[in-house]
Amino acid sequence: MFSSFMVNAWIVGSIVAIVAGCVGFFVVLRGSSFAAHSLPLGAFPGAAAATLLGVNQIFGLIAFAALGVIGISQLSRRGRHEVATALSLVTLLGLGTLLLSRTTEYSQEVFGLLFGEVLGISTSAVLPVAALGAVSIAAILLLFRPLLLNALSPDLGEARGVRAGGIEFLFLAVLALATAMALPVVGALLVFSLMIGPASAARSFVDRPLPALFCAVAISLATVWAAIALAYVTDWPVGFFVGLFGAISYGLGRLRAWGRVAPRVRLAKA
Amino acid sequence: MSTLFTLLVEPGFFTSDPVRTALIIGGGAALVSAVIGVFTVMRGQSFAGHGLSDVTSAGGSASFLLGINPLLGFLGMAVMAACGMELVGVRQARERDLVTGIVLGAGLGLTALFLYLDVTLGSTTGAANMVMFGSMFAIAPSTIPLALAVGLLALATAGILYRPLLLCSLDPDLAAVRGVPVRLIGFLHLLTLALAASLSAMTVGAILSTALLIGPAATALRLAKRPGAAMALAALIGLGATWGGILLAYNSFYWTPGHGWPVSFFVVALIFAAYLLATGGRRLGQRGSL
Repeated sequence: MFSSFMVNAWIVGSIVAIVAGCVGFFVVLRGSSFAAHSLPLGAFPGAAAATLLGVNQIFGLIAFAALGVIGISQLSRRGRHEVATALSLVTLLGLGTLLLSRTTEYSQEVFGLLFGEVLGISTSAVLPVAALGAVSIAAILLLFRPLLLNALSPDLGEARGVRAGGIEFLFLAVLALATAMALPVVGALLVFSLMIGPASAARSFVDRPLPALFCAVAISLATVWAAIALAYVTDWPVGFFVGLFGAISYGLGRLRAWGRVAPRVRLAKA
Repeated sequence: MSTLFTLLVEPGFFTSDPVRTALIIGGGAALVSAVIGVFTVMRGQSFAGHGLSDVTSAGGSASFLLGINPLLGFLGMAVMAACGMELVGVRQARERDLVTGIVLGAGLGLTALFLYLDVTLGSTTGAANMVMFGSMFAIAPSTIPLALAVGLLALATAGILYRPLLLCSLDPDLAAVRGVPVRLIGFLHLLTLALAASLSAMTVGAILSTALLIGPAATALRLAKRPGAAMALAALIGLGATWGGILLAYNSFYWTPGHGWPVSFFVVALIFAAYLLATGGRRLGQRGSL
């Protein structure tokens, strides 16, 4: 399990987990689950576009993720945010079906891009992931206070000079970056499982923002490590375990929240 | 005249069996999705609609393992996911999105597993593409009766629920005061949504069926003032986009010989174009009235 060809999987998996934990904390706090789901899924045809043009996958992923960000923020100016998200997503995916039908040799990779393929990571893929991961984490830390302020009290944020529209756009951009990085590893459909599952549990266990963020990262790391180990043992896709653990994390968080509220309710009734 | 016709419609379009099946099932799916979609957009449940249709992919991929009709697989999973979302039962919009996301993540995990098992146990290699992106010309004609029954059931439910559902969508508090069981109505809407999602997953694929559900409805709601008119308009747009997409995809076999373009691409492109037109048109209209 720790033999040489697995080393890259562990390294890249850990980087993805840390980034997903950081970004996921704000995804849950800001209630942007739909965007967090749409950006990875909409970005995945980018890999097919890159293959067609003969450039590195990661550029295609970044380009399509950027298209998604622009689509969501432009369309939501006139009309509901979620409708804008849904339409941007399906349009990118529609393009994707066209691109996928153009390349016949590509259909084998579809599964990997959708559901993750940790066991086949080459050494040359580690460096870009590490670099993009570092940028995403730096951006989250830099934006930490304005993001928090805008999520908890948009009005107070405006008063302090935090423009809601600008912050939303920046946040989507960070989300897109983290997405493009994590996509080849855990797959488009489950990047966001990794973002919302651990973070939703963390917020029930820890009250203060920064410790909660660290808690989200810890749960996310545990999820990825367990998923890689189980995928190695069973030979089942990594995405299955990530999705499963995400649901379990959320369930535990709900149980914990219920346990914390219940005594107070009982006291109030007595 | 006839040359113009053959220019628009390549020969054999109306005599081909796969095309006829695609026209019937695709049209039905578009109709049902558009009508249910109007409620979904009004209620702000686009994400739930998208989540349900994505999750159906687990059922679609399981159906290859079990050797049953894919529509039954799509249907079973959609209904189960709708019940799952309802069981967790959250009202607040932000929290509801989170629950949708969690159900979606777990469901997609199952899809990953089933597709993997499809390949290893059943050697069905094309399953991933078919389930995710649909292949309208490959639908078995035997699916037609079942698809029509599901569609009729969804439309009938929507018809019965029309007034209470409208009231719940526009003003839940007023509906509760007037004795409408808001929660039950919400759950029934989620179930009809599941029916619509599985029908359209069958045609344009699980991850693209959101286009049929949200696109025509959102476009119609920008143009029409009254809900009934919006539904009729949405149904028209949905039908037009689907049939137009099928026609263009059929013609594309002749543009690039031997290699057709996917139907799903044309359907989504037409829907997106309609939405952009409606948005632009309304802006122009507003400017004119000012």
